[in-house]
Amino acid sequence: MSQTNSSGGQTVETGTGDTATLPPPGTSIIEVTDIGKSYGSVIALRDVTTTVKAGEVTCVLGDNGAGKSTFIKILAGAHGHTSGTFVVDGGERHFSSPREALALGIATVYQDLAVVPLMPVWRNFFLGSEMTKGAGPVRRLDVAKMKQISKAELAAMGIDLRDVDQPIGTLSGGERQCVAIARAVYFGARVLILDEPTAALGVRQSGVVLKYIAKARDRGLGVIFITHNPHHAYPVGDRFMILRRGRSMGNFPKAEMTLDELVQMMAGGTELEALSHELAREMPDSDIAKSMEEEVETLGVAAEPVRSEGGKHA
Amino acid sequence: MSTTTTPPPKADPTPPQDERIGQHARLAGILRRPEVGAAVAALIIFLYFSFTTSAFAQPAGASTWIFTASSFAIMAVAVALLMIGGEFDLSAGVMTGFTGLVTGVMMTHWGVNVWIAIVVSLAAALAIGFLNGLMVMKTGLPSFIVTLGTFFVLRGVDLAVTKLIINQVSVVNFKEATGYDAGAQLFGSYVKIDLSWLPWADPGRGTLTIYSATFWALAVVIIATWVLQRTRVGNWIFAVGGAQTSARQVGVPVFATKVGLFMTTAFAGWLVGMLSLFKTTTAQSTTGVGQEFVYIICAVVGGCLLTGGYGSAVGAALGALIYGMVGQGIVYAGWDSDWLYTFLGVMLLGAVLVNNWVKSRAEAVR
Repeated sequence: MSQTNSSGGQTVETGTGDTATLPPPGTSIIEVTDIGKSYGSVIALRDVTTTVKAGEVTCVLGDNGAGKSTFIKILAGAHGHTSGTFVVDGGERHFSSPREALALGIATVYQDLAVVPLMPVWRNFFLGSEMTKGAGPVRRLDVAKMKQISKAELAAMGIDLRDVDQPIGTLSGGERQCVAIARAVYFGARVLILDEPTAALGVRQSGVVLKYIAKARDRGLGVIFITHNPHHAYPVGDRFMILRRGRSMGNFPKAEMTLDELVQMMAGGTELEALSHELAREMPDSDIAKSMEEEVETLGVAAEPVRSEGGKHA
Repeated sequence: MSTTTTPPPKADPTPPQDERIGQHARLAGILRRPEVGAAVAALIIFLYFSFTTSAFAQPAGASTWIFTASSFAIMAVAVALLMIGGEFDLSAGVMTGFTGLVTGVMMTHWGVNVWIAIVVSLAAALAIGFLNGLMVMKTGLPSFIVTLGTFFVLRGVDLAVTKLIINQVSVVNFKEATGYDAGAQLFGSYVKIDLSWLPWADPGRGTLTIYSATFWALAVVIIATWVLQRTRVGNWIFAVGGAQTSARQVGVPVFATKVGLFMTTAFAGWLVGMLSLFKTTTAQSTTGVGQEFVYIICAVVGGCLLTGGYGSAVGAALGALIYGMVGQGIVYAGWDSDWLYTFLGVMLLGAVLVNNWVKSRAEAVR
């Protein structure tokens, strides 16, 4: 474990020094081709293709139940895939445990952040990868060092904690998110999988988290950013892969896609329009129907003039 | 006190304390420890019986409750580790009887060598503990149900198999068995300490007898505390009890940790089984039945959360100390000894309320 620079500057580059193992930006770290997963007769995911490159953010977008969770579980090693190829650093892999993914530098920050609320921040930071000193029966946790490192690493991420001994459950959602990201970065992640990191956060906290995603990318990590919010994905993403009903709707570099197209694709164009019409009919006075209709209009989803009986403006 | 500055941390290159943490925060930190409530309660109970009964604080009188507290402490500490790990073991009590019977029957009925008989019961206990853990982890059923099953299976075995082999329900004449003396060295011996110089010691009651159970209990408490607070395994125990999915996600070996905890409880059951067998020189088919809840109560009184993820080994031992003191204190005070159960119930409810309050404070989002 490399010694940390605890100067607590503004840059996250003062972290581990493990960046030496990172490939040059633009190198493909993960390539999945036509990957799929079925549970017995249920097909949860099929024909998904995308790449994750060092120093780039690959966004995986999809609504609830689109197969995002299944996809990240495959990448994180929690589930093995049942079809397609999964290539890491040029070699084909088939993970059977999260440890294998971690060993290759693929770290996942789950939606529940994988923290234990009642345990102190520093114990959470090092959970599963505790630092020890001594050997044999006196091999013990290096408490002082772990506290010092976790405090310094969090400071580098912009979180200044009074006391790393406080239970992590006492931190705010955004802070906990950052602890989880800082932890993954510290432990030499080359690929960071972020599962809906902004889902439970307010506007301001979401912005903070997006900033950390950009920071991680600038440090040369490959980031997989899972979200259902195209407005969060577009500013930081370099590549967008849209999932719907367990299938990939395509895998686009940012150059080939505008935000509007992304939103439209993600929401499922005509489906959104149909829903808006239905809502307008059922509840002509409701706000949600109005806002949805506006959304449809601004996005130009309804390119063809279908504005017939449903076009009543309340 | 307000004028003194904190003494600088020795030669350690540790960074200075954050200035936002005041002096009072350290005191609060001590008061937040899970075992503090039990320590205060133990002190009050000790003082109460010391002043209201004549025998309680006498060295000879204390010998009894120190022994009881010691053997309960061994179990309570093991059960506390398991509870911190998020599981229960209702077969822990009957395990003490089961292991005693295995060793006792082997030695008295078949004349098996004492060490072989001891090792066989240990192996049996560990196997049952492993099975408990395996069933809980593989089926995903609550350990409460799984070990309730084990409890009834063992309870039946204790009675039926013992009757089948030796035609009675308890091992007798154990003292005459070959090898008893050697085993008693390890599990049944005691030291006598002359404390008649104590100002309150009455003549003839000034000898304190410390049984080997007490030394075993001290060793168990020290090792368990060390493991919990200062080793990776301890970190994992807290994690699997606090949030099992999270623990698995960051690479904690959840299966091994939990199965290890069940085996530790079984080991403690074996240890207490041996201590009881060699001290009392008998093993009943009903030994330990009903005590599994006492262990859980001791652990809860010592600050363990019923939901897992929080607690301490020292606290559980203090819970056992309270149990031992009250059990004997009630006798010395001349009350009906059945009041012990009422007391246990009240202690349990009180402790659960306090623990939940502590937990909600710890988890409160700012």
